[in-house]
Amino acid sequence: MADPMKIRAHVVGDATEVKVLMSHEMETGQRKDAQGNTIPAWFIQNVKVMHDDKVVLAAQWGPAVAKNPFLSFKFKGGAKGDKVKITWVDNHNETRTDEATIA
Amino acid sequence: MDHPRRDALRRGGALSLLTLVAAAGWLPRGAAAAETWNKGAFETHSLDETMKALGGAPPVPSKDIVFFSTPDIAENGAVVPIGITSNVPKTEAIAILVEKNPNMLAAVFDVPAGTDASLSTRIKMGQTSNVFALVKADGRYYVNSKEIKVTLGGCGG
Repeated sequence: MADPMKIRAHVVGDATEVKVLMSHEMETGQRKDAQGNTIPAWFIQNVKVMHDDKVVLAAQWGPAVAKNPFLSFKFKGGAKGDKVKITWVDNHNETRTDEATIA
Repeated sequence: MDHPRRDALRRGGALSLLTLVAAAGWLPRGAAAAETWNKGAFETHSLDETMKALGGAPPVPSKDIVFFSTPDIAENGAVVPIGITSNVPKTEAIAILVEKNPNMLAAVFDVPAGTDASLSTRIKMGQTSNVFALVKADGRYYVNSKEIKVTLGGCGG
């Protein structure tokens, strides 16, 4: 199981700002190990951010997203105490979901 | 002779086997989500190819797409911060493309109504290259680009 995401969500004016740091190797599939074997690609492909039952951001990623991916964005609405739920799925079909409370 | 009861049992057995297989993780859990990953688009090497894979017409250059907190010179190509704001009305999606990476497309974000068309993330760059911010708005595509220099030595060049 991958390590939990670090999620910060707080109200800024009429919007909610979400910042998330995920813990993932994001191996590109381009690198070679000491024996010259290609290290297979291993990266997050899909990310979904939910507020209540509404998707507020959906992303498709390639291996060019940096290791331990960072993402920041804002959505309208969202009140203190609401939950923001983030899910990622990688190309090994591993998945992780974490939740944070809007502050 | 027919054996409706036996048939029913057999069907029931098959069903529970399927449930077991799913529970044991043999069926890909994220299958539904993985289907939305546009494999073709992530294997393209030029803006034209990417546009074809995304199913769009060639994008129109637009100054309404702005890069923010994005460096001119990145000391470490493994972690390059990219911030993009689209001031194009009805922005539906924002994509980040790196011209000289092995595969051009780095990320696509779907921006639903109610979410600001502005986001930031970090990407990898193999070498100095143009970075394209591609925006889909109202069914049409717009693009802006910025050159980011990557200094491999990591000493600020």
